[in-house]
Amino acid sequence: MSSEHKDVDQHSGTETTGHEWDGIKELNTPLPKWWLYTFYVTVVWALGYFIVFPAIPYFDGSKWDATGGVINYDQRAVVAEAVEENEARLKPYTEAIVKASFQEILADQELMDVAYAGGSIAFKENCAGCHGTGAQGFVAFPNLNDDDWLWGGTIEDIHQTITHGIRWEQDYDTRYSQMPSFGSDEILEKEDIKDVTQYVMQLGGLDHSAEAAARGATVFEEQCSVCHAADGKGDKTQGAPNLTDAIWLFGSDRETIYETIYYARNSVMPAWKERLDEATIKKLAVYVYSLGGGVEPSDAAAR
Amino acid sequence: MAQALNLADFQREPGAKVACLVVAVLLSVFALYVVSETYSATMQLHMYLIMAFCYAAAFWLMTRSNEKPAQVNADGTPNYNEAVVRYGVAASTIWGVVGFIAGLYIALQLAFPALNLDLPFTTFGRVRPLHTSAVIFAFGGNVLLAASFYVVQRTCRARLAGDIAPWFVFWGYQLFIVLAATGYLFGVTQSKEYAEPEWYVDLWLTAVWVTYLLVFLATLWKRSAPHIYVANWFFLAFIITIAMLHVGNNLAIPVSLTCPQSVIVWAGVQEAMIQLWYGHNAVGFFLTAGFLAIMYYFIPKQANRPVYSYRLSIIHFWSLIFLYIWAGPHHLHFTALPDWAQTLGMTFSIMLWMPSWGGLMTLSGAWDKLRTDPVLRMMFVSVAFYGMSTFEGPVMSIKAVNSLSHYTDWTIGHVHSGALGWVGYISFGALYCLVPMLWRTPLYSKRLVEWHFWISTIGIVLYMVAMWFAGITQGLMWRAYDALGFLQYSFGETVEVLHPYYLVRAIGGLLFVIGSIIMAYNLYMTARQGRVPAEARSRDVAGDHIGDAGAVPAE
Repeated sequence: MSSEHKDVDQHSGTETTGHEWDGIKELNTPLPKWWLYTFYVTVVWALGYFIVFPAIPYFDGSKWDATGGVINYDQRAVVAEAVEENEARLKPYTEAIVKASFQEILADQELMDVAYAGGSIAFKENCAGCHGTGAQGFVAFPNLNDDDWLWGGTIEDIHQTITHGIRWEQDYDTRYSQMPSFGSDEILEKEDIKDVTQYVMQLGGLDHSAEAAARGATVFEEQCSVCHAADGKGDKTQGAPNLTDAIWLFGSDRETIYETIYYARNSVMPAWKERLDEATIKKLAVYVYSLGGGVEPSDAAAR
Repeated sequence: MAQALNLADFQREPGAKVACLVVAVLLSVFALYVVSETYSATMQLHMYLIMAFCYAAAFWLMTRSNEKPAQVNADGTPNYNEAVVRYGVAASTIWGVVGFIAGLYIALQLAFPALNLDLPFTTFGRVRPLHTSAVIFAFGGNVLLAASFYVVQRTCRARLAGDIAPWFVFWGYQLFIVLAATGYLFGVTQSKEYAEPEWYVDLWLTAVWVTYLLVFLATLWKRSAPHIYVANWFFLAFIITIAMLHVGNNLAIPVSLTCPQSVIVWAGVQEAMIQLWYGHNAVGFFLTAGFLAIMYYFIPKQANRPVYSYRLSIIHFWSLIFLYIWAGPHHLHFTALPDWAQTLGMTFSIMLWMPSWGGLMTLSGAWDKLRTDPVLRMMFVSVAFYGMSTFEGPVMSIKAVNSLSHYTDWTIGHVHSGALGWVGYISFGALYCLVPMLWRTPLYSKRLVEWHFWISTIGIVLYMVAMWFAGITQGLMWRAYDALGFLQYSFGETVEVLHPYYLVRAIGGLLFVIGSIIMAYNLYMTARQGRVPAEARSRDVAGDHIGDAGAVPAE
């Protein structure tokens, strides 16, 4: 377009550049002031940031380094400092918890608060995957809020279980027992297992066939009472559950109980001493003990 | 086939066609060799697909007339190549719906993990790259391909360069999509985000992409318009930068020619940096520069208004291009990446704020049309989402904000406000403009565009708001400490809290999918009622006037 010919947009009254592409023209509007000045502000801010914070890499002759900025910021130092500060704050408590006996911890409100708070988050991070965030348990994973314990509910028992696990074979001190697979190992006939199933249901106060249960009582006496005791109330030294209460780890319907006897149940829990330090394990023991089902040592002795 | 074997034709014009035939035959022989040697069933499948592609291409080449299409029509107007654009429009519509449904499926998986069906092919880890690649590369890529081929011809007043090449770009790109998608589902992946395909698929895309660049450059070269329109600058930047990013990020050494796996040459934090240099600039140059080009053509066209400011468009272009490429490190705040590189990423992200906004003013003077023209409204809302997410992005790059937002669903919300709102809507707008232009008929139904607009908009708002709430909740829960310095919440608890937000997000995604299906139906009906001139239908060989009159937007 020649310079004499000015093409002016009717709507805005602004000149166009005279170019046209497929019917599209361009206005010759100057850069909007707000746009330009905001852009300048961001550039100035960025330059300021370069001065204050690490910004310019350089090679110092032997290795790559970078300017530290006027405040000599280093994100690793910031993190290290925060971690150190937190550890320093907790250190006296951590040491005290490791040193103290459980009775001392339970008696000391301040230690107790720290142990409970630390145990609570350690539980959610490490235990909740199986036992639930509320320690309510799931099928095959015991509820830790009640006072029904497989391996004992004193705080020392709990500590032992967490430290060494259950049937965790790499750990020599792990809690160990093995229920036989009465069906798949052909220890009992299927008919016998059906009868014992009825007897176990009778023990648990469930609907059952009295006739079959009577036959099953004999089998129970011969095969099961060694661990689950003659009265079916179980034995915590062997992790054999009480069969007379209303708590069923795998389910209380006939098929499930039959399956339990036929194939056996031998659940595993890892030994946490491989992953957690002693202070954390003690905190966990305190937390689990305090959930409501913890057993006083005297009660345990009485049993 | 008699025509195919006409040696006289080859003697008359032996050049490009024979060369293409030779390449197709050699490639099919190589594919056959790999099929016989490789242990990988997926690679075998891929090589069979490449062989099928070569044979189809060879057949097409042999049966194709040697007569070159005319560059201009009888009346002197350029003889535009619209057929390849129509294919691109159809492909993007179909891939779009597929990609959105894949997204909805994985959104539902996050709310209900059982939906992964316990099959390896349908696990989140495999379907998620299927979703991201389908929407970015299959949907977005085809929109860019179609729009760039359309816009460069119209604004250069020249027929698209090449005769075989544009078709190779189109079909080669579709083959890339199929190779990538099947690779993901069958577990062949190099595990680099947005660049999951293995080395041989990367090589194939490189060949396609370089051809694309050459077609685009050659068309610019032979333009009859005196200047290069701003949309073409953006398209060119998009094509060149993606070539550079693709090659740089995917530098890898195959274990062997017959093994699908490869070893990436980058390692450690440098690999992370290269990955996000690529990833961030895929957003910057694929999803921003490319679609800004679409905006610069289709909004002035549909609004019938001039571009707001020539000077701003120049500054917009160069500042965006210069600043964007450095912003990638903001994805790696508080990681092993050195402090100075994090500073670089953050400051350049902040400086990028205004350049991102350079294109927003073009609509001034056309506000009244927003009420009556749902297509223009869609593109306007797209620009509004663009403005919002390009403000949010720099804010999230600030380290103090990033320490809360990083790794949370806030990032997912941010990405989708850009992806659904900006890229999705500007693409839908372009498709709603292109189909009537290409098939020379008004849109089948404006009412359906209204439905699409409102259903999708509600969907996007639900999606974004749910992810903001989810992300900020997550971020706050993760960093919550008690007075003793113990964490307040475990990761599991944050997952439980997010469930309702994930449901809302899935509902938002469902609405977006419904909208896209309405659009696909509307576009299909428009094309069906359209009248494509015989000459424009296949090769645009000669004659009939396909003037600018045909490109009047739908009334």
